[in-house]
Amino acid sequence: MNQQTPNSFSTGPDDHGRFGIFGGRFVAETLMPLILDLEAAYEQAKTDPAFHAEIAHLHTHYVGRPSPLYLAERLTEHLGGAKVYFKRDELNHTGAHKINNVLGQILLARRMGKKRIIAETGAGQHGVATATACAKYGLECVVYMGAVDVERQKPNVFRMKMLGATVVPVQSGARTLKDAMNEALRDWVTNVENTFYCIGTAAGPHPYPAMVRDFQSIIGKEAKEQVLAAEGRLPDSIIACIGGGSNAIGLFHPFLDDKSVAIYGVEAAGHGLNVENGHAASLAGGKPGVLHGNRTYLLMDDDGQILEGHSISAGLDYPGIGPEHAWLRDVGRVTYLSATDKEALAAFQLCSQLEGIIPALEPAHALAKVMELAPKLPRDHVMVMNMCGRGDKDIFAVAEHLGGM
Amino acid sequence: MTTRIDRRFAALAAENRAALVTYLMAGDPDPATSLEVFHAMAKAGADVLEIGMAFTDPMADGPSIQAAGLRALQAGMTLKKTLALVADFRKTDNDTPVVLMGYYNPIYVMGVDKFLAAAQEAGVDGLIVVDLPPEEDDELCIPALKAGLNFIRLATPTTDDKRLPSVLNNTSGFVYYVSLTGITGAAIADYGKVGAAVGRIKGHTKLPVAVGFGVKTADNARQIASQADGVVVGTALVDALKKSLDADNKATAGTVEAVASLVRELAGGVSAGRKVAAE
Ligand SMILES: Cc1ncc(COP(=O)(O)O)c(C=O)c1O
Repeated sequence: MNQQTPNSFSTGPDDHGRFGIFGGRFVAETLMPLILDLEAAYEQAKTDPAFHAEIAHLHTHYVGRPSPLYLAERLTEHLGGAKVYFKRDELNHTGAHKINNVLGQILLARRMGKKRIIAETGAGQHGVATATACAKYGLECVVYMGAVDVERQKPNVFRMKMLGATVVPVQSGARTLKDAMNEALRDWVTNVENTFYCIGTAAGPHPYPAMVRDFQSIIGKEAKEQVLAAEGRLPDSIIACIGGGSNAIGLFHPFLDDKSVAIYGVEAAGHGLNVENGHAASLAGGKPGVLHGNRTYLLMDDDGQILEGHSISAGLDYPGIGPEHAWLRDVGRVTYLSATDKEALAAFQLCSQLEGIIPALEPAHALAKVMELAPKLPRDHVMVMNMCGRGDKDIFAVAEHLGGM
Repeated sequence: MTTRIDRRFAALAAENRAALVTYLMAGDPDPATSLEVFHAMAKAGADVLEIGMAFTDPMADGPSIQAAGLRALQAGMTLKKTLALVADFRKTDNDTPVVLMGYYNPIYVMGVDKFLAAAQEAGVDGLIVVDLPPEEDDELCIPALKAGLNFIRLATPTTDDKRLPSVLNNTSGFVYYVSLTGITGAAIADYGKVGAAVGRIKGHTKLPVAVGFGVKTADNARQIASQADGVVVGTALVDALKKSLDADNKATAGTVEAVASLVRELAGGVSAGRKVAAE
């Protein structure tokens, strides 16, 4: 806010894992040596061509990358303004962007000799991606999932079990993503010697926010090349939904220094931003605090007690946000909007009916804002939205909200 | 500058006794009972009181202390009220050292300077903040030391010799050795290893070393007291308090005594530990 505009928006974090005042390493001493080891291992892998080659091979042959950049013609026609493209990460193996990050972390875990992998999951997409990679590499996998989310994302629970993972329903707190993360951290503190914690979003103690962003940046790198090929120029705007912020930062990061590109992140406004504890928009309704290893915007009360928040989408139902987004908001590079449950449900249906693509409820939030922005923009405005997940996992929950089918 | 903590450990060392350090959550199950319990613990032989600051997301705590925090929050506990509780305690006890233990967020949200001033005013002697490793010393540790409070750091089995000096560097009061990699409430697997670990830490510091996590009975306390300068007991006391509550988690006539009697037993174990070691 009162910070100077930096020359580049893409050089963070600093040596202390900070993006401005955000980020850091707020963890128990037990975890600190491991986090330093992880940072060293990642720094080494980052400069190792063999590591990048391994990831590239997996992208091509296992994930199905590059994901297409698709011109949503009927949606564009319907909205009557900006030309809307979808970056189709929902076509990835396992159905979301989460696999991009997981494969990077699992390769790193293998390099570090860790045989046991733990993860937290909200929508279950990160849990499924982690269980998938663990099956592929023969690693033990334990996934913590809030008991409420176990209920509302049943198909993914079954998939994880099928893949050989142990799913632990978490009964503490609001029994959603935040509590799953607490429980995963407790497991990690207990089993620190043999366990790798595969965090599912661009949050947590340094180096996770930077590492997850790097693994997800394939989205933005591909999108940039693809839009240049399709349009001969950069897009005018890009937009993505935000839970912890990994799919968004993955799309945004390669564009941060392209000043002509407007960037929009979309938080979950749940029942509405004015409903107390009824949304999960930590930038719109929170303030800076410290949780889960980093300083960032958090939903909390005056005493610093964390609120539980709400979103129809299990993947956005988190009272925090990755620290890089907190910084990008304060320096003004990215504009953060929010979409309510209702708006997301409407977008979910419209996209299914106009494009034959059933989106996950998470990107349906981004789509809701596309529906609001695009009609006001000229027809030569090129907008790229990250379609970061498919809606198979959500159809039962949506059916319930729409009164059955 | 010496604090009540420094003076208490020095006095105990002169008597060849280990310290019994007891943990309970402030405001569990309500502030008035909590105040009574703290006084009763001091009378029953607790040498240092660790007082928990309730937080919704205690990432290093097991189910017992998680539940204690929720009981306190449900009773309306806040950081301000925790500080007020310490101030009340100090009205009639100016000797027993008080250490506040918890997580950083409520302190950060109150504001570090405001918190430190209020803590001093209330008569707090030291702080243990679980999610502030030495890498984040600028946040609270350095300002707290400047303000004359002790900043007590946890050392763990994963804190190797390379890392110990940086962990001990800005630590004061005492060093809290966490006897296991795990959360509060887990059980110590191997008492034999504790002495060696304490010895390793003492090779790097003159500060007293207290050992905690997993100490439940007088006999556990005796074993630890023979190898360390202090014995920390938390979950067992929280459980004793919880067992005395009624079905609605309200205090009963037996609550204060339930905690005090366990403290007496533990204190007995702690003194027995040193007698054995001295023989
Ligand atoms: C499809 C999909 N999109 C988005 C998210 C939110 O996470 P992030 O903000 O890290 O991309 C999730 C999380 O589960 C998800 O499954």
